[in-house]
Amino acid sequence: MTPFAFHVARDCAEALSLGAASGARFIGGGTNLVDLLRQNVESASKLVDVSRLAANIHEVGNGALLVDASVKNSALAAHPMVRGRYPMLSRALLAGASAQIRNMATVGGNIMQRTRCAYFYDVDGARCNKRQPGSGCDAIGGFNRYHAILGVSNDCVATHPSDMCVALAALAALVHLVGPEGERTVPLAEFHVLPGASPQIETVLRPGEMITAIELPPATPAMANSEYRKVRDRSSYAFALVSVAAGLEVVGGKIAEARIALGGVAAKPWRATRAEAALRGLPATRANFLSAAEEELTKAQPLEGNAFKIGLVQRTTAAVLESLAGERA
Amino acid sequence: MTITINGSDYAVPYDSRVSLLDMLRERLSLTGTKLGCNQGACGACTVLLDGERVLSCLTLAAQADGRDVLTIEGMQGADGSLHPLQKAFIEHDGLQCGYCTPGQICSAVAMARELRRGDPSHVTANLAAGPDGPTREEIRERMSGNLCRCGAHNGIVEAIEEMLGREAA
Amino acid sequence: MSKLQNALVGGVRTVLGRVPASWLPGGTPDPIIQKRATLGTQQSRIDGPDKVCGAARFAAEVPMANLLHAAFVHSTIARGKIAELDVSAAEAAPGVALVMTYRNAPKMSVPPAIGITNLKAAGNHTLPVMQDAEIRWNGQAVAVILAETREQAEHAATLVRIRYNAEQSRTRFKEGKKNARTPDSILIERNRVDKGNARKKLAEAAYKIDAVYRTPWQNHNPIEPHAATIAWQDGRLIVHDATQMIHATAGSLAKVFGLKEADVFVSSPFVGGGFGAKGMWDHQILGAAAAKLAGRPVRVVLSRASMHRLVGGRTQTEQRVALGAGADGKLTALLHHGYATKPQHSICDEGFSLTGRSLYASGSFDIVQHHVDLDLLANSFMRAPGEAPGTFAIECAMDELAHQLGMDPVELRRRNIASCDPISGSPHSQSATMTAYDLGAERIGWARRAPAPRARCEGEWLVGMGCAGGTFPFARMPGTSARITLDAGGQAHVASAAHEMGMGTATVQRQHAADRLGLPLDSVSVTIGDSRLPFASFAGGSSQTASLGAAISAASGKLAAELLRLAGNDTPLAGLRASEVEFADSGLRSIEDPSRHESFASIFRRSGRNELSVTGESGAPLEMLKFSMHSTSAIFCQLRVSEVTGEIRIDRLVGAFDCGRILNAKTATSQFKGGMIMGLGMALTEETLLDERSGRIMSTSLADYHVPVHLDVPEIDVLWTDIPDPRTPMGARGIGEIGTTGVAAAVANAVFNATGTRVRDLPITLDKLASNATPEKREAISRPEFP
Repeated sequence: MTPFAFHVARDCAEALSLGAASGARFIGGGTNLVDLLRQNVESASKLVDVSRLAANIHEVGNGALLVDASVKNSALAAHPMVRGRYPMLSRALLAGASAQIRNMATVGGNIMQRTRCAYFYDVDGARCNKRQPGSGCDAIGGFNRYHAILGVSNDCVATHPSDMCVALAALAALVHLVGPEGERTVPLAEFHVLPGASPQIETVLRPGEMITAIELPPATPAMANSEYRKVRDRSSYAFALVSVAAGLEVVGGKIAEARIALGGVAAKPWRATRAEAALRGLPATRANFLSAAEEELTKAQPLEGNAFKIGLVQRTTAAVLESLAGERA
Repeated sequence: MTITINGSDYAVPYDSRVSLLDMLRERLSLTGTKLGCNQGACGACTVLLDGERVLSCLTLAAQADGRDVLTIEGMQGADGSLHPLQKAFIEHDGLQCGYCTPGQICSAVAMARELRRGDPSHVTANLAAGPDGPTREEIRERMSGNLCRCGAHNGIVEAIEEMLGREAA
Repeated sequence: MSKLQNALVGGVRTVLGRVPASWLPGGTPDPIIQKRATLGTQQSRIDGPDKVCGAARFAAEVPMANLLHAAFVHSTIARGKIAELDVSAAEAAPGVALVMTYRNAPKMSVPPAIGITNLKAAGNHTLPVMQDAEIRWNGQAVAVILAETREQAEHAATLVRIRYNAEQSRTRFKEGKKNARTPDSILIERNRVDKGNARKKLAEAAYKIDAVYRTPWQNHNPIEPHAATIAWQDGRLIVHDATQMIHATAGSLAKVFGLKEADVFVSSPFVGGGFGAKGMWDHQILGAAAAKLAGRPVRVVLSRASMHRLVGGRTQTEQRVALGAGADGKLTALLHHGYATKPQHSICDEGFSLTGRSLYASGSFDIVQHHVDLDLLANSFMRAPGEAPGTFAIECAMDELAHQLGMDPVELRRRNIASCDPISGSPHSQSATMTAYDLGAERIGWARRAPAPRARCEGEWLVGMGCAGGTFPFARMPGTSARITLDAGGQAHVASAAHEMGMGTATVQRQHAADRLGLPLDSVSVTIGDSRLPFASFAGGSSQTASLGAAISAASGKLAAELLRLAGNDTPLAGLRASEVEFADSGLRSIEDPSRHESFASIFRRSGRNELSVTGESGAPLEMLKFSMHSTSAIFCQLRVSEVTGEIRIDRLVGAFDCGRILNAKTATSQFKGGMIMGLGMALTEETLLDERSGRIMSTSLADYHVPVHLDVPEIDVLWTDIPDPRTPMGARGIGEIGTTGVAAAVANAVFNATGTRVRDLPITLDKLASNATPEKREAISRPEFP
């Protein structure tokens, strides 16, 4: 770890002004950043602690839920409104990491997590275009069992490791940002970007900008009838091989609304818009669920180690939707 | 700039890179909190921060400024008597080498509070309703952030069950 | 090892075969087997209170003034030379006291290698440590930084600049197989066994299985990282270490630094998990060297990445097992061939090929293993070395044969279980493996198992049951010593440089000494864990309890003789010899006539002594060569496999063990369970990822290397036959490793029973199960391969 200064921001304005310095980084719970600094993957001249900013969850006028960026993952997961209206989000949060880490990690920090690709982490011994643009990608041709099958490029096949973000994508959550140029909102599904030729760029965040809140839209029946299923190498405390966040509303035997997002398949939480569109108006059958998931994955580009994800995503998606259809039927 | 640790105040280290774990172990000789992986993957360094369990290896000491830390050294009664969970660990042999043990105990003490609050876990079937009591599956999921390599898992879960049973009684 | 060794061991065995058993150690059953006092009962571990309070002191927790902290820089190539080295930025970094590289490291000898001839040797490889510019594996330590704080040392380590001249390296298993070596012996056994023309018998067999099984590189990953607090004081070297080889480490460091053995002190009262990993590796040597150069004490705590780069694991194996049988299920041929990675500089034989020699009475045997020499970190011993991968292959093949025969897998074992050593014909010291099978089968409800795969389904979950056997050889190490000090107040103190890493060493030997000396438990105390104490061999090979038990037994014999001498003629014991008395009721009495008794207090009073101290030693373990001595087990598993995801959930795990007498039901249960849980990890999740392009390990964290978590571990049932072994101290055989053997096969066999998919390649991750496997992979998984 290179030496750094540490400042606690008392309010948003102070955070922005402290964060404007070059080499400054915002720190929430630090569960990812402290590790990255210690592994020498990242360095900072100054850490601005934003974890003590307001951490509220409150309903706004239209029934939307506004969650401050400093809310802990555990607090969000346990919140009655989240458990009742957006169960997929609660379940996704609870699938992430461990209780200790969820008590530390903030919502903003969760969104800003970086990939767990082992080559990204191995600063001394491996090449990584994300860490050092232009150096090459050792994951291609190496261990890529955990890596992406959608939206990949020749330069990077890393995945985004968050569970929470997968549910947020399916819920069409908005990310509230503030920066030197003022406030703006970005849909969560558009917040992370695909690697292309510049995998070092992971989000649309601008210099000095920070996340202040996420906004969950007013709950629809499909949001309330939702689940998150995470498939991993052990039963707990492991990153996803793949995950599915899904919500379903069936009216008169026909699908009125399907919300689907996939984790572990891309550099961003993957909103399965093609599958959602394909399902609209169809009977809620296993065959339809499977073919919609297949439709979503027609452009998948598997590597040697992760081709199994294609079938796995299809079957898992269909199984989650089937159980949601069953519970509402 | 002080951290309250087991009831006493200590100055936050000057070097802001120092983790809460290294502050405890290397600077305060509070070595009951263990360093296992130093990267948030084993739970051996678990302590309670303002009553909630966290990993001290990923917590910079500076982040704990003004907060209250409880470590394994603070678990015993004022008269030095063992915490009921510490006794239950011995009785149920919830340990072998003893290295993950302080982290398991700190974690379980905080977990009991989470259960009492009705916080759900990943295996809670009905999230809105909350956990269906301290089932073994609930305990196992909630303790999965604390690795044990000797394989004392069964004894640990039994010890926690005993503590929760006593609380309920 | 060598042809010479084969001749020696073979010769001794031949001679011992003709020697009456009563002449050998264990010739008559240990009388303590008949005494039922505290041995065999449940006893809580005596260090429990310290451990649950965090007060047990581990190696990195020894306070020391003026301490420096170490960080390591590792090579990033597998073979070549350091061409340029720039340490100026690191040296100039804040707090740095020393940057040590091959240029300024002190001259050090290569440590003596672990072996059967030198119990004070701990070297895991034969390479010089930081003595030249040569790189021999990817991850080798190339610089050590000492600084005032850990943060400063770790930061300075990132500032060392190195350029390498890389040379052609050998890091691919498949290519290495072409030039594999075939050693003359494996550990102390002859490597090649060719008995009864197995190839011909296999060709003629009515039923046959011929398949290849693969096990990956695995790492021990104890929760306590390797650590040492090291100081030089007046030319003496003091090492507070985390080691399961106290005296061997002391002896080796003495050789490395050219010191007298008495001038090296190694202390290790508590080890935070070892499993074979906590021996001597480069970090203690480099830490001591750096402390010498800096003239200040040093604390070494390896990062997880440094652990993976400096401390070897269980090596990769590829094993072909071919079984031939008649319609009655009796084996006519057992062939076990295969490869294990073992770099030329490595000490450890991964003796997987030993499994097939002891379990079953086949009509013929053809067994040999080959070693693949690669430019990698030396491999090492990991819980149940050899037998863990060996039983996976053999016991899966047995299950495959049972399936082919349409025979119950337990019944197939019953028809083939050996009644003596199948190769040499040596008698078993004691063996009741089928009793263990019957206990286990009853406990899990084996009768409910559907013989056909895919017969039970609960929702998306396919349910299956499987079983497998385990085996691990008995070992008692010579030389292990114990000192018993008895005082006039009737308090006994036992001291030995033995090791505690969770087995309950002091707890169990306290029970033993109390029973042996006829004292109540609270009159006995035990001190272990440093090199000033009487010599003890390593804690490994499941040997420590037997070795230390033999030493305490020997010491108690000496104590009786000394007490008789002190007692003189004016005593009820007058005229009795040591062999004619026994300890009872805090004194000695005649075995023949228990009324002839005198208390210790009385003897001491009369002789004017306050205490008496004697030291006994574990003698040559000739019984190991005369008898076939193995702990065995029967493992049963019930699990579920999701048809949707391929995820596996273990619902029940039962281990039934035949390991002689169980000494402490509580700690033994824990040790069995611990071994079984490591077996679960081996079965389902554990794999060290070696990037064969670079020879670099890519799974250097506990987030990448998956050990079982609480939710993976079901309620485990442990049962035992509890039949004393008449040839061993206390009637006990080792229990440290046996738990791990057989578990991976039982899981794989249960997966087959659940799904109909046979996975022969560990770990059984969900991508290897039928619905997730790619067509090519599915082909490879479902069809036997012939090398």
